Amino acid sequence: MRLTSSVLSTSDTFRANRAAHEAMLATIAEAAQRAAAGGGEKSLARHVARGKMPPRERVANLLDAGSPFLEVGATAAHGMYDGDAPAAGVIAGIGRVHGQEVMVVANDATVKGGTYYPMTVKKHLRAQEIAEENRLPCVYLVDSGGANLPNQDEVFPDRDHFGRIFYNQARMSSKGIPQIAVVMGSCTAGGAYVPAMSDVSIIVKEQGTIFLAGPPLVKAATGEVVSAEDLGGGDVHTRLSGVADYLAEDDAHALALARRAIGNLNRAKPATVQWQSPEAPAYDPEEILGLVPADLRTPYDIREVIARVVDGSRFDEFKPRFGETLVTGFAHVEGCPVGIVANNGVLFSESAIKGAHFVELCSQRGIPLVFLQNITGFMVGRKYENEGIARHGAKMVTAVATTNVPKITMLVGGSFGAGNYGMAGRAYSPRFLWTWPNSRISVMGGEQAAGVLATVKRDGIERAGGTWSPEEEAEFKRPTIEMFEEQSHPLYASARLWDDGIIDPRKTREVLGLSLSAALNAPIEPTRFGVFRM
Amino acid sequence: MFSKILIANRGEIAARVIDSCRKLGVATVAVYSDADATARHVAMADEAVHVGGPRPADSYLRGDAIIAAALATGAEAIHPGYGFLSENPDFVDAVEKAGLVFIGPSSAAIRAMGLKDAAKALMEKAGVPVVPGYHGDNQDPEHLAGAADAIGYPVLIKAVAGGGGKGMRLVERAKDFADALESARGEAQTAFGNPAVLIEKYIEKPRHIEVQVFGDGTRAVHLFERDCSLQRRHQKVIEEAPAPGMTEEMRQAMGQAAVRAAEAIGYKGAGTVEFIVDGSEGLRPDRFWFMEMNTRLQVEHPVTEAITGIDLVEWQLRVASGEPLTSRQEDIRLAGHAFEARLYAEDVPAGFLPATGTLSHLHFPDGARADTGVRPGDTISPWYDPMIAKIIVHGPTRAIALSKLTAALEDTEVAGSVTNLSFLAALARHEGFRAGDVDTGLIARDLAALTAAAAPGLAVQALAALGAAGLADGGAAMAGFALWAPLRRTVTLDGFDAVVEALGPGRARVTIEGDVADCALHSGAWWVNGRPAGARIVLTPGTVSIFGPGAWHFGLTDPLDRQSADAGGGLTLSPMPGLVKAVFVTAGQAVAAGDRLAVLEAMKMEHTLTAARDGTVAEVLVAAGTQVEAGAALVRLEEEEA
Repeated sequence: MRLTSSVLSTSDTFRANRAAHEAMLATIAEAAQRAAAGGGEKSLARHVARGKMPPRERVANLLDAGSPFLEVGATAAHGMYDGDAPAAGVIAGIGRVHGQEVMVVANDATVKGGTYYPMTVKKHLRAQEIAEENRLPCVYLVDSGGANLPNQDEVFPDRDHFGRIFYNQARMSSKGIPQIAVVMGSCTAGGAYVPAMSDVSIIVKEQGTIFLAGPPLVKAATGEVVSAEDLGGGDVHTRLSGVADYLAEDDAHALALARRAIGNLNRAKPATVQWQSPEAPAYDPEEILGLVPADLRTPYDIREVIARVVDGSRFDEFKPRFGETLVTGFAHVEGCPVGIVANNGVLFSESAIKGAHFVELCSQRGIPLVFLQNITGFMVGRKYENEGIARHGAKMVTAVATTNVPKITMLVGGSFGAGNYGMAGRAYSPRFLWTWPNSRISVMGGEQAAGVLATVKRDGIERAGGTWSPEEEAEFKRPTIEMFEEQSHPLYASARLWDDGIIDPRKTREVLGLSLSAALNAPIEPTRFGVFRM
Repeated sequence: MFSKILIANRGEIAARVIDSCRKLGVATVAVYSDADATARHVAMADEAVHVGGPRPADSYLRGDAIIAAALATGAEAIHPGYGFLSENPDFVDAVEKAGLVFIGPSSAAIRAMGLKDAAKALMEKAGVPVVPGYHGDNQDPEHLAGAADAIGYPVLIKAVAGGGGKGMRLVERAKDFADALESARGEAQTAFGNPAVLIEKYIEKPRHIEVQVFGDGTRAVHLFERDCSLQRRHQKVIEEAPAPGMTEEMRQAMGQAAVRAAEAIGYKGAGTVEFIVDGSEGLRPDRFWFMEMNTRLQVEHPVTEAITGIDLVEWQLRVASGEPLTSRQEDIRLAGHAFEARLYAEDVPAGFLPATGTLSHLHFPDGARADTGVRPGDTISPWYDPMIAKIIVHGPTRAIALSKLTAALEDTEVAGSVTNLSFLAALARHEGFRAGDVDTGLIARDLAALTAAAAPGLAVQALAALGAAGLADGGAAMAGFALWAPLRRTVTLDGFDAVVEALGPGRARVTIEGDVADCALHSGAWWVNGRPAGARIVLTPGTVSIFGPGAWHFGLTDPLDRQSADAGGGLTLSPMPGLVKAVFVTAGQAVAAGDRLAVLEAMKMEHTLTAARDGTVAEVLVAAGTQVEAGAALVRLEEEEA
């Protein structure tokens, strides 16, 4: 059934909302452009002067002409390391090569020589995780000096640190997920294992180097004096050592060789869902900016967003008259069938039960799930606790945690407290998690958190017989509110890779479509749910 | 009417004859050489017979093999097309001796017109004006001066053995004749070892106007004139009918003269009487003279068909099968105006050198007649005339027909070989030509402007860049999708770099040296910066072509094809298929850039291949006398020291 919109695009509210969203978008766009500029003009000029292609052009030339590029962690490390690591010094994302979706991980040598900051490692690992979960071939465009030494304690030793990269390569290769490395610059120490652990590796002549220890370290260790090229250049590795398989003349040649290698993978997407011909929504996605209130506290009907995301604005709403604060139903996005779970208010027991039921349905049918998350949490109070809202909430969390259909989460508003769990927050391993610029994420709202802390403080003061003026209380609450406001901002969240990136809300449909398409490179395994608390 | 005929030709004319045969229910037999086994005319014919090797002398000129093929397939008649055996009287005799019909004039008629001087004398006797001149043996200066006086000044003194303008003098006044004669003779003696000269009337603004005639052996009619003044080195380029500026009086005079010429030799079939016309004072009935008669169907016959509505091949078949000419002169009407442009595989900037290649893309315009012997994917081989097609348009007036010609040329697309398309388009836009002010010197006078390669503008460059970037079709759904920072790529084309950024399906931005071209695809047509580009992108292996108000081709480098790029510097490659005539160097020899390495004979031309740089010859890879393919390595220089 086609959804009907009641949005008035000429109203003052609409215009005000749009202006507010556009301001938020401008902030994000500026941050993203800064990240995409990498190490800046001077550094790029030096890079290009060495005959190297700019890192983003390498990605462009690897991918098919006009291929969409679903970038992951575009603003990673934003505001971290004194701004020294734009995009965490690595480009990651999903694009197409000969029509095959691949995960590209490209070091940006214009950012501190492509060295690995803690967030670089995290981004690299997240890209590999996406590739592994969705069975996407990986192409590593390597141009990195290895671990960032001043940060070595946060880069080297732990489980999810540098070594995990090669562990992942081996594990993925064992699962038949191709690993291809193109060595376009340094590939030192641990980094040497990226090409060595790949199924196929390509190295650029007189530009790429692979060695466990570079010339200075060799000299220090054994006294041997050797040039980088003789130690581990392209000629050595393709002719003598066999660490690399193909010798490329330059970046363009190397990327063409990588494209050819991908052309020879002999892979096909598994049959999973019944695709339909994509159809644009009947309502203009542009209007999302005007219909979504600028203030998270203002309620609105999430169906207005759904109408601007799904094919033909058609939505088969499931159980519309029960648990109305959770909207569930079937639709198609870019031709892919989906089950949509969307918040339309605070979660009650009925909403949670309905959500669990709907997730079961989709799991039974092998339909991917899309979560439109805008949740302040589960309803609180004696009535609700006593009727067992935690028990009902647990059912939804169990269903969401254990389903094997792909889950894509879009954070379209607030993401607070246990609502985050039921709506497939990061901890629930959705295949992708994207956020809107107006979203906020924290354990609870800043006001509420400050209120909780203030109540505890007031109790203590009053127990000791003291008094606490409202002014003192406000002064006490301010830093907490400010901290929550800063830390719940999407740029703060995305910088730390709590999500896969901030998106323009008007591109929600495309992002979901590309995410689903990528996710369906993996077969959908049957689901075995855990014990539902009845 | 015949039930089956054989066509002793190839290419567009064979295909053209087959078309008319099919219309008349006549079965067709094609003949073909090794080089033409898969040619269009072979595929079109009901039967086809292999007659020999690719050289014309081994196949299409082998009368015996062709007659044998006709007999073997039960063909009753042979259509010779034009060229090859079409004006060979011995072949006509042989055909008739074999009991077959030759679709064309008698051998006697061909012989009568074959000897130019005898033909002129014959015509003079029949009352057809011929160019006044003295071609006699009496070389006495006094006698020659008297002949010049009789002809009337200005006159041309030409060496009898001459050519290339040597021994030729233009004399405007009688008092200059003696001096001019002396210097012409001296030059003729030096150049040809023969001082004999002839005297001819000098025609100041010569136009080539020919009259199509048709006879049934007793009676002849004419089908009006064609103007073929647009010539380059005697090769017709664009023909039209009727002739611009033609008056009814002049047309009648020329038509009657042509009919007299045909009837004088009992002409049977289609023929063309060529006249030279002095156009210096407009067309006047006393200013045309017989040049020669072509006893065959002409290449440019379609313009006559267009203005008369008559199928000349059908007439040829009817008359040859014994039917009398049914049309009287007054039944033949002239309607509108027609043009024909000859599209050739030619390298115009290289001096109109014949080119070869596989026509990876070929598209002819709607609303125009295209007579062609090739299909997409066919090859223009070095063995024959490199014609790709004749584009013929017809309109109610000359101006309308000419604008249709311009549009048709803009809509014609050929990739895989260089062509004279841009030259034809430039000619169709030439102001003098548009005004109908034509003469045989027009092309030579304005050659530089007509062959100036139109520099590709921003729109053309942008479209080429889109093609090179793989976005010619605008890209698939979600083309160029990016969350925040679009991916850009730099493409390098002949002469410029372009940064290409896909903005969405059918939308892209191309930046070339700071100039931005916003490209958008609307209903299959590209717009650039808000205006229709009027050009189309065609991709073929290794090339992106832009067709529109001109044709531009940009080479694409396959990034995987690195080996050959490396080798280029030290290797001298054969630029075209040909015969190595001579090799001037041996291994170990030092050469300087520009030194001759070898001579290649191809397309009747000798090409000198020179060293691209200083160096030492490492290897000579061919010997004189070897036939080589295009791209064959001939000489290798030692690698340069880094």
